Amino acid sequence: MAVCIAVIAKENYPLYIRSVPTENELKFHYTVHTSLDVVDEKISAMGKALVDQRELYLGLLYPTEDYKVYGYVTNSKVKFVMVVDSSNTALRDNEIRSMFRKLHNSYTDIMCNPFYNPGDCIHSRAFDNMVTSMMMQVC
Amino acid sequence: MEGLTLSEAEQRYYCDLFSYCDTESTKKVASNGRVLELFRAAQLPADVVMQIMELCGATRLGYFGRSQFYIALKLVAVAQSGLPLRVESLNTVKDLPLPRFVVSKNEQESRHTASYASDADNPASYSGVIPPPPGRVQAKKGSVSHDAVQQRTSTDQESTSPVVSPQQSPPTSPHTWRKHNRHPSGGNNERPLAGPGPFWAPFSEAQPGSSAAGDPIWSGHSPPPHQENWVSFADTPPTSTLLAMHPASVQDQTTVRTVASATTANEIRRQSSSYDDPWKITDEQRQYYVNQFKTIQPDLNGFIPGSAAKEFFTKSKLPILELSHIWELSDFDKDGALTLDEFCAAFHLVVARKNGYDLPEKLPESLMPKLIDLEDSAVVPVVSEVGDQAGEVGYSSSPAEAPPSKSPSMPSLNQTWPELNQSSEQWETFSERSSSSQTLTQFDSNIAPADPDTAIVHPVPIRMTPSKIHMQEMELKRTGSDHANPTSPLLVKPADLSEENKISSSVKFVPGNTVADGYSSSDSYTSDPEQIGSTVTRQRSHSGTSPDNAAPPPPPPRPHPSHSRSSSLDMNRSFTVTPGQQQAGVVAYPPAVPPRPQPSQGTGPHVHRPVDAEGLIAHTSTSPQQIPEQPNFADFSQFEAFAASGVNEEEEDEIETHPDVLQAEKPSDSASSLRAAKTEGRVEDKAATSVPNNTGKGTTPLAPPPKPIRRRLKSEDELRPEVEEHAQKTGVIAAVLASQPSIPRSVGKDKKAIQASIRRNKETNTVLARLNSELQQQLKDVLEERISLEVQLEQLRPFSHL
Repeated sequence: MAVCIAVIAKENYPLYIRSVPTENELKFHYTVHTSLDVVDEKISAMGKALVDQRELYLGLLYPTEDYKVYGYVTNSKVKFVMVVDSSNTALRDNEIRSMFRKLHNSYTDIMCNPFYNPGDCIHSRAFDNMVTSMMMQVC
Repeated sequence: MEGLTLSEAEQRYYCDLFSYCDTESTKKVASNGRVLELFRAAQLPADVVMQIMELCGATRLGYFGRSQFYIALKLVAVAQSGLPLRVESLNTVKDLPLPRFVVSKNEQESRHTASYASDADNPASYSGVIPPPPGRVQAKKGSVSHDAVQQRTSTDQESTSPVVSPQQSPPTSPHTWRKHNRHPSGGNNERPLAGPGPFWAPFSEAQPGSSAAGDPIWSGHSPPPHQENWVSFADTPPTSTLLAMHPASVQDQTTVRTVASATTANEIRRQSSSYDDPWKITDEQRQYYVNQFKTIQPDLNGFIPGSAAKEFFTKSKLPILELSHIWELSDFDKDGALTLDEFCAAFHLVVARKNGYDLPEKLPESLMPKLIDLEDSAVVPVVSEVGDQAGEVGYSSSPAEAPPSKSPSMPSLNQTWPELNQSSEQWETFSERSSSSQTLTQFDSNIAPADPDTAIVHPVPIRMTPSKIHMQEMELKRTGSDHANPTSPLLVKPADLSEENKISSSVKFVPGNTVADGYSSSDSYTSDPEQIGSTVTRQRSHSGTSPDNAAPPPPPPRPHPSHSRSSSLDMNRSFTVTPGQQQAGVVAYPPAVPPRPQPSQGTGPHVHRPVDAEGLIAHTSTSPQQIPEQPNFADFSQFEAFAASGVNEEEEDEIETHPDVLQAEKPSDSASSLRAAKTEGRVEDKAATSVPNNTGKGTTPLAPPPKPIRRRLKSEDELRPEVEEHAQKTGVIAAVLASQPSIPRSVGKDKKAIQASIRRNKETNTVLARLNSELQQQLKDVLEERISLEVQLEQLRPFSHL
């Protein structure tokens, strides 16, 4: 269960960012922003190979004392960044992958919507619902 | 009851009223509460109401059936017109105005009724106030929300150009709606559905003709809640004419609705949505949608691409956000294109939205694309069946009752689809899971696929019982006709596992009979002693690879005293070829050699005798080594004779080594004991002859016992030709050969190698044992001497210590 999920466009501006409301959201915004560097670094590292050979799931970008940041990039250079609470040790890599997959699927659905212009902020309710389901349930 | 004849308008009106009162959707009985309310709204004195009720027979029956209701209504009309209430007046009074039901708060109902009746009756008798156009309805917001709605609904219809409605933004008008009508699904039957129809016409690029024809004169029932707002994207006056007839029915119904709704608590109705599916598409609506679909995509089975749909729906002037949401809801398969069903659903949602209804979070069931593509039946003749339809629709299409035009399978499909939709989430997860199996990281969620091509990760059950094939193989082995093939695979495995297997295991277990694997009962084995090696190796290999084998191998029976190990082919051949000649590699096995798992044993010595590796591995080399000794087993007398005769002829070492080696390699206990005895005897003899030699012999073995033995072996190899040249030896060998039982040729060289190594080990053991005994003896002697010396010392020593 993530504490913050963000969708970053190719040009590195956020298309969608949502955090658990209890925390200082700005902190997460900053975290996501800094993680973009790591994402770019990972992309460029594998960039030698063909794009289709590149793994979409980037894995743990970097851990901090409180949380871990995972990354995922699509073939169109749209990035998904997920911040997960470190205390949630039960969260395994597989689950992170599945969460990213769901995000990707929902994002694809949004793209299929002709009323959505790529580059716009994401306002889809379905996407919101899906993200809510993945966010931590903070009482 | 006397027959009641009603005019068309009356019929419709009454039908609608009845449906309004039919809260339980029984279509048979109007609820008393509603009826009474209705009567109250008629603004009639109570006694008149009572009279009416009596007359219609409701009091007699206790409920209001349809006929009673109609009669009652007629009587109300009669009463309102001032005529005396008489039963006979029901039919006699002509041109009776429709009964008026007035809502306390709103006088517009009267207007509605007036408008309702205006079509059929003389509007003169009524206030005939034309309701303000929808646009101006806003001003009357103060009134009850539903009233406002009603105003809006009704006005349009009366207006000459229903299509022409001010393009008001939807959100504004249904303001009050939203307050009360959060759930579009909640009892909206009473909301008149002004019908999105006409305003769609404009939706298009003003195709009056086509759109007019298709204008859905939505009987407005059901669905999108209050389609009171006939939003028009473009004005198409020509359509109004065509709408005249249709709207009439629609309007009637809608007004009735409004009337009905006005008198009752809308909130209550909203809750009871059991008989109303606000999202259901009526026939007219559907037809309209279909026509619109055709304008974009002529093929009804085809798709509308997203871009075209976007243009189309953008014309509705809804905000992009809402259109986006509508798209999300309606594009069921998420393919970026709209099928007919999806298009209709989207259209319907737009209409609803236009009329102020909030978009649902999830696609309503009735809008879900049907699993089976329904034929778009011809437009249901509205004219003739207005009444029925109105009545039907008035019931607001209880879920159990599907609209007549729709296929009967639809409701079931509708019901099934939601389940599928709900399970689509599960589908997604499954697909996600399956797709995730691309990487092996999800080993915890996926068991390694049982792909026969992939390496077997988990133990695979192996054959436990022999099969015919195995039996055949065993036979083959026995016959020795094909020793190479059956045994080679067996031997290969053992060779691999020889290291791990207990090479020096003294367990002479008899492995199962199966050739390939498994531990079968040893029963069958005993009959196949020669299979030991292969089967043993097999077993061992399996024990290594398949830990899940059930039972451990049965304890092998005691080794046969008979020589079960087949001599190598070459040996036999060599023996037979050169019976009288001792060749380098021709040595006969002693018959007393017990069965041994040769492969493991064969390599054992390899390990232990690295020096002689090259010699040991080669069967020819080992066998010859063993062979020379074997004659000793077989014929000790000969051995003794040999020893006596041959000792002096050869070097002592060699002779000694030779018999030692020979003896050491005799695996049999008896032979070894004899051997030991003889060896000792020989040693003693040698000692007698040359003590230093013996001591040297004794000492030499002391230092590196194995090495000298090995050296002896080696030397034995060298000496072999010399040794074997002995006639006695040859005789012995021949005898041994003759005494040898027919050994299956199937036993490979490995077996011999193992046997040879076994013998060597034994030889080593015996040699060492001898040495040990000798040394012990020497120790004793020395100790005795020491004691004696000490005694002497004691005696000789002066009594100094005393």
